Amino acid sequence: MAEQGDFLHVVTNDNITQRRMAFGRALMWGSALVLGLVALAQTLQETGHADFGFSTWRPTLYAYVLWAICLCWGQVLIRGERGKRVLFVLPAALFVVSMVVFPLLFGLVIAFSDWNLSSPTGRAFNGLDNLRQMWTDGFYWNALANMVRYTLAIIVEYAIAFGLALLLNSQIRARKFFRVAFLMPLMLSPVAVSWMIGKSMMEARFGPLARLARELGWENPSFFGTPEMARLTIMVMDAWTYIPFMMIMILAGLQAIPKDIQEAAKVDGAKAWRGFWEVTFPLMLPVSITVILIRIIFKLKLADIIINVTAGGPGGATDSVTSFIFREYRDRSNVGYGTLLAMVYLVLIVIAITIVMKLTDRWARPRY
Amino acid sequence: MSQQIFHDSPDDLAVKAKWFSGRVAIYGVLILWAIICLFPIYWTITTSFKMAPDVMKGNLIPYWDYQPKSLGWRSLGLSPDTIWAESTVREEFLKRFYNSVITALCSSGLAVFLGSLAAYGLSRFSYRFGFMRNSDISFFFLSQLILPPVVLALPFLVLYKSLALLDTRIGLILLYTLTVLPIVIWIMRDQFAGIPKELEEAALVDGLSIWGAFATIVLPIALPGMVAAFILSLVLTWNEYFFAALLTSTHANTLPVMVASQTGSQGISWWSMAALSFAAILPLIAIGIVLERYIIKGMAAGAVK
Repeated sequence: MAEQGDFLHVVTNDNITQRRMAFGRALMWGSALVLGLVALAQTLQETGHADFGFSTWRPTLYAYVLWAICLCWGQVLIRGERGKRVLFVLPAALFVVSMVVFPLLFGLVIAFSDWNLSSPTGRAFNGLDNLRQMWTDGFYWNALANMVRYTLAIIVEYAIAFGLALLLNSQIRARKFFRVAFLMPLMLSPVAVSWMIGKSMMEARFGPLARLARELGWENPSFFGTPEMARLTIMVMDAWTYIPFMMIMILAGLQAIPKDIQEAAKVDGAKAWRGFWEVTFPLMLPVSITVILIRIIFKLKLADIIINVTAGGPGGATDSVTSFIFREYRDRSNVGYGTLLAMVYLVLIVIAITIVMKLTDRWARPRY
Repeated sequence: MSQQIFHDSPDDLAVKAKWFSGRVAIYGVLILWAIICLFPIYWTITTSFKMAPDVMKGNLIPYWDYQPKSLGWRSLGLSPDTIWAESTVREEFLKRFYNSVITALCSSGLAVFLGSLAAYGLSRFSYRFGFMRNSDISFFFLSQLILPPVVLALPFLVLYKSLALLDTRIGLILLYTLTVLPIVIWIMRDQFAGIPKELEEAALVDGLSIWGAFATIVLPIALPGMVAAFILSLVLTWNEYFFAALLTSTHANTLPVMVASQTGSQGISWWSMAALSFAAILPLIAIGIVLERYIIKGMAAGAVK
């Protein structure tokens, strides 16, 4: 992330009295104390040392919210104008920290335990057993390999999206109609898409796509028969939903290119093909990288279509990691193992994305 | 009869033919892709008016191939003859619809509120939270995009269970807010960066506080961007399926969960399936047509720096 240097510089003279500061501190520490006490009481009850009559962990949640509010208020009381500035970022930061960091830490604990939600025994640490189980779980490795395959399909999606964006950017009539029409697939819910396209339109007997395939000479159209075909179908359906997304972003990039550069190339005698490859495409490189990165990020979350159309079948061939873990939980309520798989997936993603970002950063830096 | 004096030279005619064929090719591709994009929607609408034999024969065009019947809509309690009568199915559908509306609106609103504030702060002031500077904080927010939902899903399942937030709308709203927050911050940071800071400086000189300047000067200018972020979040949260399927069971189900769980005992009744699917996608189709400008603006904001 580039550092934005253009900050608003404000000098204010705050007259914060000692009493106000003391009140602010008292508020922050007092609410923290309340939170600590409530949490302690609940932990004691959970471990069986005392009974305060709590049925859920809600009181701790309320105490936490109270603490968060007091923290924000205390900032203003203690630091005056600077506290008000902190108030812009603090709520969002608190929200994200409490919604991501805390569950992630909690998830780490779950990941190394044997925990089946439907069994009465509850949670028990089992060390690295889950990791060992994962190592020999062919289905998980298959799902990871599938993610690589699905991600590679982005290259084709990108090419199609780029072509469509070029068409939309050229001199055409009814541009608004085509833009709205091309945008439509993005608006549709993946679940509805998987039912109406994956199940209905690809139905082997009456589905229009199957009939079209028969017209084109494919004897017995089955879109989910073989693993390769099923994977391809999933890729196509996912591409159908997300090509508009890439197309719009590329279109925005195309429209930001100054027209005179392309005109200069034309005056210099460049044909359309060369003009594209030597002027437009290089200029679009930063936008393209952003688009592809975001698309990869979205692709790594791919699950809805797979869960609803194939449920991973045939034989786990189309599973993405997310859909695999979803079924792992749905079928076996195995929280511990599922969480470990998800954690491993996260680590792999972070490593892969970091490498990709470093590489593209070096590769795409403009060399003037 | 007058003689034509000026003729196009053969070279020019060749160019014209080439230009013409180019046009045909461009419009051909455009129309083909428009059909690819729109046909599934057409198929959904027409199927919802079919009867079993029409579906099996694969009839396509209403009134020509087959006679439209409101069988599918009757199964939702929304056909002309059932719309005034009591209907438990419709109650069920409306409940799910209402759940979807509430969760999508609330989470998008909350995300835009939190995200705009954070984005404004990050684009105007320099912060230090411990070792974290502005760029680190921005990166911290944006890096949440990478986090796949499945990593949070199971811990949240367990946490929500102990917090009694499972199968509640609030639980879903909080999670959805989290998933769209990075996108909102991304769009809004771009918006605020485009507003000259001299505006606020003038407002501050005139005696407004920072928050006053933000609310009265900056917000109105950034409003189109906020609408764009809101609409984009709305699309994402309305369609969300994964969390909803895991975390809700009876009370807080959203529409996608209802659509996904429609497997009857005697095969799938395509007509009611299609009616339900169409009802689920209709609000977003309307938004897409009416507010297309904002959606494109929102997505373009991130692409071009």
